[in-house]
Amino acid sequence: MTPTLDIAGLSTHFFTRDGIAKAVDGVSFSIAPGEVLGLVGESGSGKSVTGFSILGLVDPPGRVVAGAIRFKGEDLVGADAQRLRSLRGNRIAMVFQDPMMTLNPVLRIGEQMTEAISAHSKATKSEAQARARDALGAVGIASPEERLTAYPHHLSGGMRQRVAIAIALINAPDLLIADEPTTALDVTIQGQILSVVQRLVARSHTALLWITHDLSVVAGLADRIAVMYAGRIVEQGAVDGLLTCPRHPYTAGLLASLPERAVHGGRLASIPGMAPSLLNRPQGCAFRSRCGLARPECGNAMIAEKQVGDRRFACLHPLADSAGQVM
Amino acid sequence: MEATPLLAAERIDKRFERRLDFAGRLAVKLGAAPGNETVHALDGVSLAVRRGEVLGVVGESGCGKSTLGRILAGIMPASSGRILWQGADRDRLTGTERRTVKLAVQMVFQDPASSLNPRMRVADIIGEAPLVHGQVTRAELGDYIDTILRDVGLDPAMKQRYPHQFSGGQRQRIGIARALAVEPQCIIADEAVAALDVSIRAQIINLFDELRQKRDLTYLFISHDLGIVRFIADRVVVMYLGRVVESAPTSALFAAPNHPYTVALLAGAPRLEDRKRAFAAIEGEIPSPLNPPRGCHFHPRCPHVMARCREEAPRLSEIAPGRLSACHLNQA
Ligand SMILES: Nc1ncnc2c1ncn2[C@@H]1O[C@H](COP(=O)(O)OP(=O)(O)OP(=O)(O)O)[C@@H](O)[C@H]1O
Ligand SMILES: Nc1ncnc2c1ncn2[C@@H]1O[C@H](COP(=O)(O)OP(=O)(O)O)[C@@H](O)[C@H]1O
Ligand code: SF4
Ligand code: SF4
Ligand SMILES: [Mg+2]
Ligand SMILES: [Mg+2]
Repeated sequence: MTPTLDIAGLSTHFFTRDGIAKAVDGVSFSIAPGEVLGLVGESGSGKSVTGFSILGLVDPPGRVVAGAIRFKGEDLVGADAQRLRSLRGNRIAMVFQDPMMTLNPVLRIGEQMTEAISAHSKATKSEAQARARDALGAVGIASPEERLTAYPHHLSGGMRQRVAIAIALINAPDLLIADEPTTALDVTIQGQILSVVQRLVARSHTALLWITHDLSVVAGLADRIAVMYAGRIVEQGAVDGLLTCPRHPYTAGLLASLPERAVHGGRLASIPGMAPSLLNRPQGCAFRSRCGLARPECGNAMIAEKQVGDRRFACLHPLADSAGQVM
Repeated sequence: MEATPLLAAERIDKRFERRLDFAGRLAVKLGAAPGNETVHALDGVSLAVRRGEVLGVVGESGCGKSTLGRILAGIMPASSGRILWQGADRDRLTGTERRTVKLAVQMVFQDPASSLNPRMRVADIIGEAPLVHGQVTRAELGDYIDTILRDVGLDPAMKQRYPHQFSGGQRQRIGIARALAVEPQCIIADEAVAALDVSIRAQIINLFDELRQKRDLTYLFISHDLGIVRFIADRVVVMYLGRVVESAPTSALFAAPNHPYTVALLAGAPRLEDRKRAFAAIEGEIPSPLNPPRGCHFHPRCPHVMARCREEAPRLSEIAPGRLSACHLNQA
């Protein structure tokens, strides 16, 4: 089966006055129809730039400098602006942390929704209206008929985000890219959004890329997880295996520093130091200065990815797998 | 009998007059709306912080956590109610006693970048207050600052730098150092690790814990992150729309939450142990504190709502030793 999204060796660099920031540097992953991939990493690790690259929304001084992005087999890196525009909001949709990035503050909710429908199909006005109302109802907004005439600023943050999601999903896209859409929201509202996305994605067999820094969210949502560090994916694989038996020292360190698994009154395991600047990333493994398992050879060359079963990781001295095998 | 708490709030109320925006003023002119709006941010909040404990405060955005923290820290006045320091009404203290008590409670904020003066060097940010208050002499100041910097895990060699030359985690260490410089007994940490990345967050949480032991500190730890509160707090206070709805020892609260809101909050939080979970959450929006529902503030979202809940606000009362909850179900 052709994956919905297949990314190979993607590199997106920013050519700034201070030097070249290699925000994304050799990233590969793919997502099948109906599959949920959680892309996790700390701030500045390149998650959002990965998402923008797929959408063709990287602005100068940034540029995709290498790699392939194939959407249902079609190459997007070489595609012209018009083709990308016709895919966005239709076959490929997105939601961001700030819903106002996609909502227009001076248009009524209903107008924005019917516009999204008629831009990509030949629905009549009343058909579009009815679809918009149903879409609002589907994201759990009470009295959707009335809300169609509201402006974004009439709604709470959580409602705005649900409207943004309703618009993103209105044309049943093949791929949804969600960049931290619940990060600014409260737990009970986050739960509402997750349940909405989960249901709609399952119904239309959408491939979902869920970008977040919160491992707990993707633990319950995703099929697979990709962990990003300093512009590269250091480990990826099925959720359960990756969370119970991480192979890359950074993944292991992240998991250990979560208070959830720690004993009250004890100490949290923490990763010493901080992430390197992307302007002058060290040669070899970028995690080296923080890694307890580092050896001199870790600094020699770019660390190639290894594959064991469904797991991929980029590390010379990985942690043992559950069978105790170090390889 | 229980010992006198170090710091206590007694029936604290806080109202904010909100100035209307243009559309709002227009509506008033046209007679379509009443005048300025009042936000009832805190509604009769009482709590006690015991010496040496970590008291966690949780609740959703806008429920009044920061307002409560600021009032307890003495940097914002309450509309009514009393703040007690070791049993004494803080507003009635005078002279040196008043000044000493003011310094005894210090605050650490969420956003280390905006809470530090960008034009001051780290040494001055930390040294200013203890010098002004005569806690150290100018001759001792250099060594004093170095000691504090080492305590918070920063290299004293960096003390002539400006805040922007530090990472987010380091800036939060500076914020903590500034609070420690006046030798407080109690630290109020308002979302103090929320802006930090996971791996850095763990470093700062550990630092809080070390300092607590080393300097005999008491903490009020405000956070919306239940995982962190569960880890760090001895007791937890749960707030909803300006009121305390439950308080309990941490382990008891997480093992068996009593208030329906607490139950929903704990059930909704994502967990690392979840796999392909079917997400569901309590229905409804968090109501606006401008116009809170009558009776129990949680009633429009509560699965157990009864007629009485819509009329009468439940009182916060003891449901077990050391446990308080404000729900009519406990009186049924
Ligand atoms: N200076 C102010 N003027 C007007 N309203 C205010 C002011 N400060 C706070 N409020 C209001 O008081 C209520 C409580 O605010 P507070 O900042 O204490 O919430 P919080 O629980 O700390 O929320 P968060 O988790 O978002 O930080 C909110 O409705 C807020 O909008
Ligand atoms: N417009 C830009 N100009 C220069 N650098 C940028 C720009 N956008 C992003 N970057 C850099 O790219 C890196 C990755 O950013 P981003 O993908 O936003 O991280 P995150 O993982 O937090 O989403 C960061 O170091 C960021 O500073
Ligand atoms: S390659 Fe070396 S430095 Fe990098 S994570 Fe693996 S062991 Fe650590
Ligand atoms: S008082 Fe009533 S509405 Fe409020 S939490 Fe208890 S049962 Fe629910
Ligand atoms: Mg981002
Ligand atoms: Mg706050």
